[in-house]
Amino acid sequence: MKRAKPLDSKPLTARQVTSRGLGAGAPRLEAAGPFGNGPISALPNANLTSENKQVAVRIGDLFLQNPVLTASGTFDPFTYAELVDLNRLGALVLKGLTLQPVLGNKPPRIAETPAGLLNSIGFQNPGLEGLLRDILPRLKDVTVPIIANISGDTEEEYEELASRLNHLPEVAALEVNISCPNVARGGMVFGTDPEVAFSVVSRVRRVYHKTLIVKLSPNVTDIAAIARRVEAAGADAVSLINTLLGMAIDVRTRRPRLGNVTGGLSGPAIRPVAVRMVWQVARAVRIPIIGMGGITSAEDALEFLLAGARAVGVGAANLVDPRATMEIIEGLERFLEEEGIKDINELVGAVRV
Amino acid sequence: MDLLARIERREEWGRVASEKAQAAGDGFLWRTADKSQGGRGLPAREATTPRPVPGRDEHRDGVLYVRLTLRAGELAQQAEPGQFVMVKADDGLDPFLRRPLSFHRINQERGEVQILFQVKGRGTGLLARRLPGDALQLLGPLGRGFTLEQRMFPENGAGTQRQRVVLVGGGIGVAPLLALAEKAARGGDEVLLLLGARSRDDLLAVSDFRALGAQVHLATDDGSLGHHGLITDLLDQVLREDAADAIYACGPLPMLKKVAQLADQFGRPAQLSLEERMGCGLGACIGCVVGTKGPGGQPTYKKVCQDGPVFPAQEVILP
Repeated sequence: MKRAKPLDSKPLTARQVTSRGLGAGAPRLEAAGPFGNGPISALPNANLTSENKQVAVRIGDLFLQNPVLTASGTFDPFTYAELVDLNRLGALVLKGLTLQPVLGNKPPRIAETPAGLLNSIGFQNPGLEGLLRDILPRLKDVTVPIIANISGDTEEEYEELASRLNHLPEVAALEVNISCPNVARGGMVFGTDPEVAFSVVSRVRRVYHKTLIVKLSPNVTDIAAIARRVEAAGADAVSLINTLLGMAIDVRTRRPRLGNVTGGLSGPAIRPVAVRMVWQVARAVRIPIIGMGGITSAEDALEFLLAGARAVGVGAANLVDPRATMEIIEGLERFLEEEGIKDINELVGAVRV
Repeated sequence: MDLLARIERREEWGRVASEKAQAAGDGFLWRTADKSQGGRGLPAREATTPRPVPGRDEHRDGVLYVRLTLRAGELAQQAEPGQFVMVKADDGLDPFLRRPLSFHRINQERGEVQILFQVKGRGTGLLARRLPGDALQLLGPLGRGFTLEQRMFPENGAGTQRQRVVLVGGGIGVAPLLALAEKAARGGDEVLLLLGARSRDDLLAVSDFRALGAQVHLATDDGSLGHHGLITDLLDQVLREDAADAIYACGPLPMLKKVAQLADQFGRPAQLSLEERMGCGLGACIGCVVGTKGPGGQPTYKKVCQDGPVFPAQEVILP
């Protein structure tokens, strides 16, 4: 494969771009908003952030102006809005939601590990009523798709949440979390057995009529087998990977460094595992993949696209650099320009093996 | 909020104490370096290259302290005592997270802030190697800081009754108290510092409090300076003498619990600055929480980074 140029080199001038045959003067769309529903072909040169470079992607019925999403639970839209233009994101994924409010796990909830961190937050969230009352009304100015991330203790809870969110115009899509490693029941229990995963996704699918994304757990022997059953159950897309179950011990106190003993590992430390799993799932299913796991730069994001992801989620990097998503979007656009690539979709699954 | 700050000055405390520094109640100030000290003698970078302090193991014992003076005008204008910054220790991916560090001093006129930290592990170890002239990546000011209580005797006329502000610090918990002492002193309050540490070498910035006109009482676990015992023993005494109008504390958890208990017992308002491992410092990850008494007495978790790090003592449920 042609070696990528450094991502921080100067953007090409318009003339250079034209001479590379990218075509000039695609009409610049002013509004930064969702594309609405309709086939992507209805929007030639559909790219809201710059001319000539097509970075828009499609996930189910969602048209994303670029492939960069926030990973659930790593991005507070209210505090981050000071540093980030939310409407430049591909989509905003909200923190994990349950039907009832959840108090969360006892601290410490964070333990730093080499090139990453363990967390055991335990779904602290205000519940569906809290979302409706305190969160969604404050996101009125967000014009990019808002994706809710849901979890439950039982299949019935998943179903009820999905059916109630189905009627909300503010929520464009659902990410069903069957992979959280930090709660006793629910979460990962649903994501580690192909038939259990099939069952819960089928029930959600019956009541949810918009784009349905299922977030997969890496804590399995064969992630492709789970992905296939999730696809068969009617998911429009899969996102992966959630965190890897891990543990860290303070050798002086001999106590686990997390209050919950074990937690989920994220950050650059897990990226090679995530890229490998995206590649495996890409060969197993036809639905689009949202790849995530330790992405901190545009180059990292491109790895996932080449492995077969249609879009990417940025998670742990948001905790360190709140502007990480913006820098990755800009880096992707620069890469396309530098490599003379018209449409980012050309890169999806383009790894040469 | 997202900014670069130039390191102007770097001070470093080691374990081996000089008689003079001990007499002043300070740990040994081992070496100071200013950005301007480049002209004569050794070049600044060389002159300030850290070298090991004899007879100590910084990672095992955690006894090296560093104070950095940062030029950051915007930050100095906005910062309040008790608030903090998230500092990127290094440019690489490991350590991955930023470090939360409170404002040790806020100098609006000079457009400078100071941070004081203990070298505990890899992150603070890397930060300790940053030199005058280097730029640090900061996010801040973050969180809710200390609120100086209103004067309790307004009937005496403004300013006639000085508020007796008692600051209780344990070890590196002294860091945010100096900024608060400066603010209280500027406002005409009477400042009493009660500072405890393991040993006299761990008593930091004491001369800076004295320079403000603060009264200082010290305690050490090993009896090497001041009261041989807990700093909260001294707080108990102060409260018995009815010499405190309000208490502000930062230090280890057992100390904070005792401060909260004493404040409650003597009916004095107390504010506690808490420390918890943080992911983002921005309220996104909900990683740094403390149990609090919610509405109706129901326990709930609040974010130390966003709802704190300073909390009223009666609000928190310390583990």
